[in-house]
Amino acid sequence: MNTKAGAWRRLLGWVDDRYPLSETWEAHLSKYYAPKNFNFWYYFGSLALVVLVLQILTGIFLTMHYKPDTGLAFASVEYIMRDVDWGWLIRYLHSTGASLFFVVVYLHMFRAFLYGSHRNPRELLWIIGVVIFIALMAEAFMGYLLPWGNMSYWGAQVIISLFDAIPVVGPGLAEWIRGDFVVADATLNRFFALHVVAVPLVLIMLVFIHIVALHKVGSNNPDGIEIKKKKDARGIPLDGIPFHPYYTVKDIVGTTVFLIVFTVIAFFIPELWGWFLEHDNFIPANILQTPQEIKPLWYFTPFYSILRATTSDMVAWGLTPLVIVMAALIIFSVKRARTRLVTSAIAALLLIGFYFIEAKVWGVVLMGLALGAFFLVPWLDRSPVKSIRYRGWMYKTALTFFTIAFIVLGYLGTKPPSGLYSLLAKIGLVIYFLFFLLMPWYTTFDKTKPVPERVTWK
Amino acid sequence: MSDEGVVDPRRRRLLIITTGLGVVGAAFAATPFVKSMMPSARAKAAGAPVEVDISRIEPGQLLTVEWRGQPVWILRRTPEMLNSLKEDVSLLVDPDSHVDSQQPKYAQNPTRSIKPEVLVLVGICTHLGCSPERRLEAGSESGLGSDWPGGFFCPCHGSKFDLAGRVFKNVPAPINLRVPPHRYVVDTRILIGVDQKGAA
Ligand code: HEM
Ligand code: FES
Repeated sequence: MNTKAGAWRRLLGWVDDRYPLSETWEAHLSKYYAPKNFNFWYYFGSLALVVLVLQILTGIFLTMHYKPDTGLAFASVEYIMRDVDWGWLIRYLHSTGASLFFVVVYLHMFRAFLYGSHRNPRELLWIIGVVIFIALMAEAFMGYLLPWGNMSYWGAQVIISLFDAIPVVGPGLAEWIRGDFVVADATLNRFFALHVVAVPLVLIMLVFIHIVALHKVGSNNPDGIEIKKKKDARGIPLDGIPFHPYYTVKDIVGTTVFLIVFTVIAFFIPELWGWFLEHDNFIPANILQTPQEIKPLWYFTPFYSILRATTSDMVAWGLTPLVIVMAALIIFSVKRARTRLVTSAIAALLLIGFYFIEAKVWGVVLMGLALGAFFLVPWLDRSPVKSIRYRGWMYKTALTFFTIAFIVLGYLGTKPPSGLYSLLAKIGLVIYFLFFLLMPWYTTFDKTKPVPERVTWK
Repeated sequence: MSDEGVVDPRRRRLLIITTGLGVVGAAFAATPFVKSMMPSARAKAAGAPVEVDISRIEPGQLLTVEWRGQPVWILRRTPEMLNSLKEDVSLLVDPDSHVDSQQPKYAQNPTRSIKPEVLVLVGICTHLGCSPERRLEAGSESGLGSDWPGGFFCPCHGSKFDLAGRVFKNVPAPINLRVPPHRYVVDTRILIGVDQKGAA
């Protein structure tokens, strides 16, 4: 028996002399110390990894049967559903996985707003995360064209037309993206290439550096305090526990529960009443007829609502006062002459732009800013504490309003934009942006509670 | 004495030059790949004109044909429909078709057509490219209110156009629907995709 262990150790030693195997294992798992007070919200990082792997696996098998050709695509998906052994399961796992990926990532991002995970020293980790989020949206958008259903076709038509709205370069750019003057075979073929090869590679690389950045600074935790500040004699954080086995086991439990939910949906309600797979997409693309109600899948709808809510009325009666009030607020609270000058100049430019440039362009700009705002959060947040546990009522109220606005905007994005709905979307849009715009003020004035020395833990 | 920390200006210049040339080289190398994504020669050639027999279109009827992968509508307007074009002018953004890109010169007139009754339009919304629905009937049956003069309604974001494809005020679409180049081959046949003879 001794010799067996000895042989294993000799083999490991042989490898370790040539590759940092044990070293990597220790640095990132068995001797990587994570805070001992992780809670529910800390499942979603590892779950995102699980879904990424699942999407890649199921995607590879779908690619074996799918045909990226406008004449064949729709039928090849039907073929996968009806004639390929277990094809229906592989496809439903992939389509369910896409939606659940966004569920997981949205919750993962929300955790950062709860515990201040984007704050110093994790700004770069957060920025990489936002880039992952944007890449993920691109991946989902291109994947959605592939079945060449009617909603695929018109959805792509609308989203690519967004680029058309950019002054001067827009039309050329849109043609370059489509590879044709309309969404056509060239578009389908290149979206296939990007969806199955290019973007997945980018995602894998981004996730890799996301983890590298995470392990450089270490995880935050629900108390928002740095465990590395209190170490024992050996230099191990007093509130840290080795990731393996403690958190590998915890994450396996999370993954098991998640997979139960996942498979129940994939087996019994794969369309989720039109939320995960839209009814209009069971009709082949018809270039002469837009579906009655065109809407993107649920994970894009908050941003889509912002796009739609930006009408010329909104620019005149919503955005114009918003810019004036914000400029006044900045000039009132920042004393530096240069800041005041720059603020006035930007505000003046915007107001002139509102007058001369059509609302369609502003809709696209606002949709871009709705995403771009996430990049700035680490610097907009001025609170002396990170975790919501020690923040006052102002931040809690702001986050509640933002969350409600986000969900309401998402819901409205699935409905036609008439009367009351369109008004609600405009209000939601203003709340969405005020959450970011006013953050430097309400996080400064908010009354915070004293933060404990060590993590709290039961 | 040690050289450490001393910058040799000659080496530094060389470094800058090589880096600069490397960037230029990379830009050249990237060009074919970027260009390969532009519409191909085949895509450009595919825009062949389409000939349509319009004798079978009754007054008030609309025929949809496909041209360059886009829907093109041909509507034979009734006298009432033509009348509505004079009455709705105050509701429109560009009633006189000032934006040149949206119609050929020979359709830059009150009916936006060669023959007053025959309207030819690209059925693609100038907002974000959906295909608007026809709501040709005037009045409340259209579902767009009793003052609706008849026209087109885009389901995507609610843009409205009248029976000459002119856009209404305060909707997301900024400009009128496009009138494609077209010509009459004979009185009952039109060719979509080529300009009228004699037109510049
Ligand atoms: C493919 C998608 C993603 C994967 C696989 C992934 C993976 C992970 C993992 C495994 C962790 C550590 C476990 C945890 O804290 O839950 C983590 C932490 C983190 N991630 Fe992500 N992530 C993804 C997307 C994102 C996105 C979109 C954002 C933000 C926009 C983000 C921001 C963060 C932050 C700030 C942390 C540190 C949290 C803390 O320590 O409190 N991640 N990520
Ligand atoms: S595409 Fe027609 S209103 Fe937006």
